[in-house]
Amino acid sequence: MIEVNGLSKSYGTHRAVNDVSFNISKGEVVGFLGPNGAGKSTIMNILTGYISLSEGEVKIDGFDILENPENAKRRIGYLPEIPPLYVDMTVREYLYFIYDLKKVKFPKAPHIAEIMQLVGLEDVAGRLIKNLSKGYRQRVGFAQALVGNPDVLILDEPTVGLDPKQIIEIRNLISKLGTNHTIILSSHILSEIQAVCERVIIINKGNIVADDTLENLSRELSKDSKLVLSAICDGEKTLEAIKAVEGVEQADMSIEEDTTVNFVIKPIEDADIRANISKTVTNLGGTILSFKVEAMTLEQIFLSLTEEVIEEEYEEEIIEENEEIIEEEEAQEDDSDI
Amino acid sequence: MTAIFKREFKAYFSTPIGYIVLAVYFFFLGLLFSVSYSYGDPDITAVISGVTLISAFATPVLTMRLISEDRRQKVDQVLITSPVSLTGIVLGKFFAALSVFALGFAPTVIFRAIIGAYVQVSITAYLYALFGMILLGAALISIGMFISSLTESPVISAILSIAVNMVVIYMTNFSQMTNNTFFASLFEKMAFIDKYVSFTENIFSIPDVVYFLSIAAAFVFLTVRSMEKKRWS
Repeated sequence: MIEVNGLSKSYGTHRAVNDVSFNISKGEVVGFLGPNGAGKSTIMNILTGYISLSEGEVKIDGFDILENPENAKRRIGYLPEIPPLYVDMTVREYLYFIYDLKKVKFPKAPHIAEIMQLVGLEDVAGRLIKNLSKGYRQRVGFAQALVGNPDVLILDEPTVGLDPKQIIEIRNLISKLGTNHTIILSSHILSEIQAVCERVIIINKGNIVADDTLENLSRELSKDSKLVLSAICDGEKTLEAIKAVEGVEQADMSIEEDTTVNFVIKPIEDADIRANISKTVTNLGGTILSFKVEAMTLEQIFLSLTEEVIEEEYEEEIIEENEEIIEEEEAQEDDSDI
Repeated sequence: MTAIFKREFKAYFSTPIGYIVLAVYFFFLGLLFSVSYSYGDPDITAVISGVTLISAFATPVLTMRLISEDRRQKVDQVLITSPVSLTGIVLGKFFAALSVFALGFAPTVIFRAIIGAYVQVSITAYLYALFGMILLGAALISIGMFISSLTESPVISAILSIAVNMVVIYMTNFSQMTNNTFFASLFEKMAFIDKYVSFTENIFSIPDVVYFLSIAAAFVFLTVRSMEKKRWS
């Protein structure tokens, strides 16, 4: 449904999006995840034809966004970061205008009424948009994207500025729409992506750093999962016994206060060693206080993926700075020689 | 295009702008008419051409927020991402402003009827004068719209447009300031006020029609390019 190949966007010398490629098939709900300024909105603006691309190609349902913009745009409903509203119109007037603008074929009044009912705007249909609260404006923006029932919905941070109740409502709405629409959703709220998306594309500094289903992403990182056990027992003896358990790759311990010992146990991939560990500890006369699996949450995945890049660059900077200092010192030495 | 035209036209009257512009035209047209009527020589073409200076100030009020406000409020995102061409968007806005401008001359229909009851005057003289003024308005509006597409501030857009309007309308006066015959004749030939004169003399001057239409078309085109440029930068 959405094909993106080698997409790049430069603003002068600044490269906002760098060689991004992905395919989204019909009916998928995909989350765009990334820190502020990562290029999420830029990619969305390019997909919807609001801004142009510097290199690459974007196809919506087979139609190129640059060569066949009208056909491509007809298939997209777009909710930008700031809902694009004419504040001097009433909600109904505005949605009727969008209906005319998009040249929709459905019967006008019932179609708009249905959308207003779907996003909960019936009560404010006759009110001027400028008198609406932020939550309602966001809903009007959402309704605008739904006019004409486009196959593809592109939603840029749809729940920003809403109260918790509204967030849940909008989330439910997205899940509901996800059954028969292709949806791209951007957010920096990770739980939101977790709640509604099947697949996540993590973007950092204009590059895709991960593109996978949520399951795979967490499985990938569950390789690094650890068991954390705290018990009252004889530390050294128990550690030896734990290391001897089949399936344990590595185990460490730290003694907390006098009697409580914490063990961090790393199992061999996919091995379930919980029962054996538990038996081992109790057989040695220990008492288990707590026992948990520490898998990486989406939050940690996100941080680990986005931080790597930052650290690398930071290191590069330090190296460069050091080189400069050395050069300066050398220059000074040369001066003193003279 | 029609959707945008309808919205923009209505928007003029959901804010005071449309009413103010209409009121200004109604007032000055009425004033000029009553003055010329009291002198016993009612001349409808003089009434219409008398508001040229008013147009230099009124059209920027119509165009100042036409493009700039959309960008400021980020509403342009919904326009540009909808299946409408940029030219369609720009033309919709252009014709909305032009319609309000033309509506300002509605009272002249009544004035013409009043004069017609007393003296025999040719209907074409009135129609040409009106048509010429609308062409002149189209040229001014397209220039104002282009300036509006360059800035995000309606105030800057309005001030700049007024300045440019004064120049393009009254360029003839510059010709006396220069000894260079080329520029002198250029200023004289290009001034809107001089191009408009033939329409007040009961002449349907094709070259002048073409002149105004091509100015309007050129600035509509430039507005489209200016919006396009924002997408590519």
